[in-house]
Amino acid sequence: MAAVPMFALAPALPEIVLAASALLLVLIGALRGERAAGLIEALTFVALLVAGFLVVTQGGERLETFGGSFVVDAFARFAKVMTLVGSAAALLMSGDFLRRAGINRFEYPILILLATVGMMMMISAGDLIALYLGLELQSLALYVVAAIDRDNARSSEAGLKYFVLGALSSGMLLYGASLIYGFTGTVSFAGIAQALQGEGHAGAIFGLVFIAAGLAFKISAVPFHMWTPDVYEGAPTPVAAFFAAAPKMAAMALLVRVFITAFPGIVDQWRQIIVFVAIASMALGSFAAIGQRNIKRLMAYSSIGHMGYALVGLAAGTAEGVQSVLVYMAIYLVMTLGTFAFILSMRREEGPVEGIDDLAGLARTQPYAAYGLTILFFSLAGIPPLAGFLAKWYVFAAAVEAKLYTLAVIGVLASVIGAYYYIRVVKIMHFDDPAGAAFTPMSAGQKVVFALASIVILILMLPGAPAPLNGAALAAARSLF
Amino acid sequence: MYHAIVFLPLAGFLIAGLAGRFIGARASEVITTSGLFVSCALSWIAFFDVAFGDGATRVTVANWIISGDLAVDWAFRIDTLTAVMLIVVTTVSSLVHLYSIGYMHEDPSRPRFFAYLSLFTFAMLMLVTADNLVQMFFGWEGVGLASYLLIGFWYEKPSANAAAIKAFVVNRVGDFGFLLGIFLLFVLFGAVTFDGIFPRVAEFNEATFRFLGHEWHALTLACLLLFMGAMGKSAQFLLHTWLPDAMEGPTPVSALIHAATMVTAGVFMVARMSPVFEYAPTALSVVTVIGGITAFFAATVGLVQNDIKRVIAYSTCSQLGYMFVALGVGAYGAGVFHLFTHAFFKALLFLGAGSVIHAMHHEQDMRHMGGLRKHIPFTAAMMTIGTLALTGFPFTAGYFSKDAIIEAAYASHTPGANFAFIATVIAALFTSFYSWRLYFLTFEGKPRWAGHGHGHDDHGHGHGDHTPHESPLVMLIPLAVLAIGVVVAGFAFKEAFIGHDYDNFWKGALFTGANNHILHEMHEVPGWVVASPFVMMVLGFLIALWFYVLNPRMPAALAAQQPLLYRFLLNKWYFDELYDFLFVRPAMWLGRVFWKKGDGWLIDGFGPDGVSARVVDVTNRVVRLQTGYVFHYAFAMLVGVAALVTWYLIGGTH
Repeated sequence: MAAVPMFALAPALPEIVLAASALLLVLIGALRGERAAGLIEALTFVALLVAGFLVVTQGGERLETFGGSFVVDAFARFAKVMTLVGSAAALLMSGDFLRRAGINRFEYPILILLATVGMMMMISAGDLIALYLGLELQSLALYVVAAIDRDNARSSEAGLKYFVLGALSSGMLLYGASLIYGFTGTVSFAGIAQALQGEGHAGAIFGLVFIAAGLAFKISAVPFHMWTPDVYEGAPTPVAAFFAAAPKMAAMALLVRVFITAFPGIVDQWRQIIVFVAIASMALGSFAAIGQRNIKRLMAYSSIGHMGYALVGLAAGTAEGVQSVLVYMAIYLVMTLGTFAFILSMRREEGPVEGIDDLAGLARTQPYAAYGLTILFFSLAGIPPLAGFLAKWYVFAAAVEAKLYTLAVIGVLASVIGAYYYIRVVKIMHFDDPAGAAFTPMSAGQKVVFALASIVILILMLPGAPAPLNGAALAAARSLF
Repeated sequence: MYHAIVFLPLAGFLIAGLAGRFIGARASEVITTSGLFVSCALSWIAFFDVAFGDGATRVTVANWIISGDLAVDWAFRIDTLTAVMLIVVTTVSSLVHLYSIGYMHEDPSRPRFFAYLSLFTFAMLMLVTADNLVQMFFGWEGVGLASYLLIGFWYEKPSANAAAIKAFVVNRVGDFGFLLGIFLLFVLFGAVTFDGIFPRVAEFNEATFRFLGHEWHALTLACLLLFMGAMGKSAQFLLHTWLPDAMEGPTPVSALIHAATMVTAGVFMVARMSPVFEYAPTALSVVTVIGGITAFFAATVGLVQNDIKRVIAYSTCSQLGYMFVALGVGAYGAGVFHLFTHAFFKALLFLGAGSVIHAMHHEQDMRHMGGLRKHIPFTAAMMTIGTLALTGFPFTAGYFSKDAIIEAAYASHTPGANFAFIATVIAALFTSFYSWRLYFLTFEGKPRWAGHGHGHDDHGHGHGDHTPHESPLVMLIPLAVLAIGVVVAGFAFKEAFIGHDYDNFWKGALFTGANNHILHEMHEVPGWVVASPFVMMVLGFLIALWFYVLNPRMPAALAAQQPLLYRFLLNKWYFDELYDFLFVRPAMWLGRVFWKKGDGWLIDGFGPDGVSARVVDVTNRVVRLQTGYVFHYAFAMLVGVAALVTWYLIGGTH
């Protein structure tokens, strides 16, 4: 392969900046040791902001490099911005928690950074090789992050479980990729789409199922979800907060890109997978969450359910469907980050608490926090006119337009059941007697994320406010078709 | 002017009701009362203008409902009938407002009381000025609401609440019939305005209507349904049970609503609908018979009641029966005339009774009164005048109107009129007896109130003075005004209402059919018929005198001798018990079934509770799937992939 000219690297500039920063920060950490943790955290945050700035200033056109392996289009930019927001917010609100827990190692921000690079590569993947590269870079970083509290058995267990199951899913994905390559003779998404026009081969569909399984694992869709509650609960809370936001966004974007750009000719076939996975995720997310007593586990099932709703939009297979997925993911990201910002602050003098019952009487002890959290939970439940309702409305509308009536009806029913556990939390906050002393004050980072998230959800209620988001998501969705 | 008459009470209601808390009780009293007096004065002007001039008119206030063929205006129909009702309502209402300032002066929620009174007056004026059936129904329900609120005014008393609910529920039965009647008239005529209905009634004389599986003469059915509404509102036999219980309300309320005005709404409605009733002779017979039964039945119960207000309540019920007899035999003028005179003397009696109750510190049982004439001579004198009028003493108001009804009943050819004649004559005897019994028990004989008074429902008379005292001037003035009315109203308006000036006075507001010569015939009855009410009155007076003054041991002896009859009457013919058995208990049972089985077992069991129980079951199972073992998780993933692949292999790829 001929040497790549420098200007040809330009589309990947944000990723290159992040990767270079990661290497530089490792050096700083290695030289200065644990004392550098705070500095590295700050620099990582700056790097993420710079990358975000670079992504935004890339312009609107479609760019390709590395022979079509790396694609930057409106879709990629939308997803990347969301991913960077997720990573940056997670970083911003976790420092305080990690310091108090004594696990503020300098590797943590760097691992986040590397995972983010992987996610951005996933989002821009133009062929199966790039897909796998990005996915593994992300996953390897996440395995380590999950076990970052290495003296804690539960954290280690979480990291190990995630690693073993992740390896299994990667194996499936690779097996599917090899089948696809075998039947189509190409790894590029565009080439696969061309080869599979008209009649789909049974073998290719076989491969499709395996790829779908591998990707479904990353977004923790049923039945590939089982790691999620254990990892969320076992890993330190900042890790759970991170897992719930940016990687979900990236994996969902990857899933959308693969299905829409590589398999547009066999929509009917993959739609069945998506419909099945979506229904299973929505149902399990709603039912299982009811039985939870731990707020992190609750959020794990909540995220499983939300992935199901987002997939409803993908099942439509149309530009409107993809638009609805992106809007859904953006709103989900905001709600989840806000909620986790509060969960991170749930700490009494004797240490952090995670029980839902610990929220009892919050409206009396910390009224502002309680009202912010109430907004977020009502939005998560999809109560009109909050943003969470808009998100659900768009995906169900897309499904109805694609004549997937059964799916939409099941989705609505599942969200009714799901509303129960969100509202129960609200009830506990507002109507139960206080369980104990007030929580210790939030850190500045948590405050910023929590307040911003609540305000964004409120602003999206205003008439016309969702229009810019919808417009950007529509432009992003159009770039795939 | 008509706007002012109708809307001044509404303004009073709004001011006293909404701002009463801020402007205070005294301001509320002054505003509502003065508004009513202005309204009353204007009403009298309107009355002379309309009845003795040619001021009959129609005033449109606003469009109310326009929906398809249904067009309902909010309009005042001003004719003589309306004008008569206007003076009745506003005169009694303004006097009751004035009286209440004295009677209620210790009550903490006076603004509310006066607001309700004004609300009632407004609704009643809406009713009587109605230009169409829908507006009349609005007023009809409005007075029902005000009645409910005022019966339950002392809402701390469970008995008052129960009475309020009873009044409301019993009236629902009648109102349902009234509504159906309105519907039927709309179906027939395509209109609800009186102007749209009355001129065309003859066209529908042959029309039939299928209802409850039976082919009815349409106009008869409509009139029967309308009369059902009248029976509820005017407490006629079978739907009368609420009226005695309504005495739980403050006494001025009883005087205004449950004697003088609201309960006569049914009479007014039938008189207003006389153009339709004239074409439904069967319905008129029903009206006659029901009226006769009520007059007789209520009078018998009144014989043995001990509560001063209940005696007058049964008397009211009985007198309403008289009015319906008059309507039933086609003597609408006589019916409305009795309505007019009755309003004055019954309001006088009630307000007099209120004055007695006030004097006795809210003691209402006549067995604990006696000898009050010396203590409250003015009230006693006023009550005497009221009693004379009620019993039909010559040249008082009741004499003219009641005797006219009895004569009309005799002269009428309506089937059932003979029965009504006998019933009303006997009722006249009973009326005289219970009225004088009331008077003697209360004002004559030995005082029986030592150690009583300050009853259980005492509203806070703080002073320990047990001697009855005369009421304040503000309560006595209305008594005097009404007494003058009672004395004068009869011979002053006799010729106009039922005599030679009939046509000039009514100017067609009351309709009489071509074959209806009752007005003429009632003046040509035999002498013994004319004399019979007077004889009955004297007889009743003498019996009462013998029983309660000359030989006070007699009533107890008679009661002991006829225990069955006495208990039958004392318990009001056991109507409450019968209804309790027939309706209340089955309704409670049905409600219990719906509640326990229908809602609790069926809907909750298979609805919310059942669903949530199933959700919890599913949740428990799903949660158990999460074992924590990696190999289970891996197994689930592989099974998932295998299931998806199998699906494609078996289900095909389309």
